[in-house]
Amino acid sequence: MSTVELNEEGFFVDPTQWTKEIAVEMAKADGIEELTPQHWTVLEFMRKEYFDKGTGPTVRVLGKTSGVSVKDLYQLFPKGPAKMAARIAGIPKPKGCI
Amino acid sequence: MTKKIVILGGGTGGTLVANRLHKHFKHHRADHDLVEITVVDRDDHHMYQPGLLFVPFGLAQHSEIVRPRQAQLQSGIEFVESGIDRVEKERDTVVLENGRELAYDVLVIATGAQLAFDETEGLTGPGWNEKVFTFYDIIGATGLEAALAEFEGGKLVVNVVDMPIKCPVAPLEFCFLADWYFTDRGIRDQVEITYATPLDGAFTKPVASATLSALLEEKGIHLVTEFNTGEVMGEEGKLVGFDGREVPFDLAVVIPLHSGADYVGRSEGLGDDLNFVPTNKSTLQTDAKTNIFAIGDATNVPASKAGSVTHFEGEVLVDNIIRFIEHRELQSTYDGHANCFIETGFGKALLIDFNYTTEPLPGHFPTRVGMPLLKESRMNHLGKLMFQWFYWHALLQGRDVPGIGADMPEHGKEHV
Repeated sequence: MSTVELNEEGFFVDPTQWTKEIAVEMAKADGIEELTPQHWTVLEFMRKEYFDKGTGPTVRVLGKTSGVSVKDLYQLFPKGPAKMAARIAGIPKPKGCI
Repeated sequence: MTKKIVILGGGTGGTLVANRLHKHFKHHRADHDLVEITVVDRDDHHMYQPGLLFVPFGLAQHSEIVRPRQAQLQSGIEFVESGIDRVEKERDTVVLENGRELAYDVLVIATGAQLAFDETEGLTGPGWNEKVFTFYDIIGATGLEAALAEFEGGKLVVNVVDMPIKCPVAPLEFCFLADWYFTDRGIRDQVEITYATPLDGAFTKPVASATLSALLEEKGIHLVTEFNTGEVMGEEGKLVGFDGREVPFDLAVVIPLHSGADYVGRSEGLGDDLNFVPTNKSTLQTDAKTNIFAIGDATNVPASKAGSVTHFEGEVLVDNIIRFIEHRELQSTYDGHANCFIETGFGKALLIDFNYTTEPLPGHFPTRVGMPLLKESRMNHLGKLMFQWFYWHALLQGRDVPGIGADMPEHGKEHV
């Protein structure tokens, strides 16, 4: 496996370095033993949003637009869907609101 | 040629922009080159929204904080009372709910944010407006006044469901005022006050967050952080987080999720997934089309959804609309300036002043001899009380206030 650069909070510095294999490893390190098809739906959706809009979606927007409810998102990514899924999806931390 | 400017929303932003534009064109345009300004709103009730915080504590009344919208607009500005069905940006036309169509040369979106009660499970279920309230609208704030008066002790929980919300400091102010209110009633020791927030601290900005956290602790208010409300169970008296954590309450004050106006969602290519309008954070021109501008809570700019932000944006927006009409280049001058009084109870308040790049810092405003920043004082409290007069008489009318401009003042701030 090639090495990738992560920032101090564990987010990818360069989202283009991301691969599915790395995602599997990062998920394991975060306590997710196996990435299910539903996990992949969310991860791919987040990457698409990031490359389209320049920032990853918040949990609320994910719940409205990804096809996975907020409740299910928390089941899939128990440590907080927006941050955890962004980390595994290899995109920067979603910009919080003010 | 007559230029038509249509402003959607007759609140803080819509009113001050209409008045400033009207004043400018009255003085600077020849008679043959007219500008027509139309303001649209679904009702004629202009609410002084900062006043809502005081209603639950009996410190303000409904009648004191609402005035007719039309009366705040200078004569010569048309006011249309109707809901909005949609904006058709390709036709430069607004379609109203009453069927009327308004063609425009320049459109300003100033319809603010609305409360999305339905997006939180159970929020308006059993117990709603009995032991679960919001103070973000007048029905809730008035109901809460009665509920607080009857409250004899127990658990009071103040909860922000998620950001963004209008006036992000208001829920904290509610906690501080509740502490004062129950102390005054002599039952503070029988009331447990908890502030449950989705943020990782009391506030979004580090230095202010530390100051406000310390104030919460000093006043014996419990802080629950990173709490994402999944469900409100009114009957059982508990908030349940998406992560399974529970916060029990006897009385809950919930600040619901916020969205942009519904018509934004019905207008093709205007809003984002939450019906806020993607807007350039420096020029206030929208991404939708060059002749559509937006101001205040309706936008997605990364500044607080607050009256002070709208006020400071107004100056830049008006200048850019004039530039647009005169085919001159827009100026990227809005710096994210925000300025808020934070009521801390017992007749005192804090003042914070910040922008996109400078977080709230200690010091004085607007200069070294001004009002204390990030520190409790009686002067700041009086400033907050006086502000309502200033709002109706100066801010909405588009009068400039010496020393308080769109750009954040640097002198007087202590960098820590």
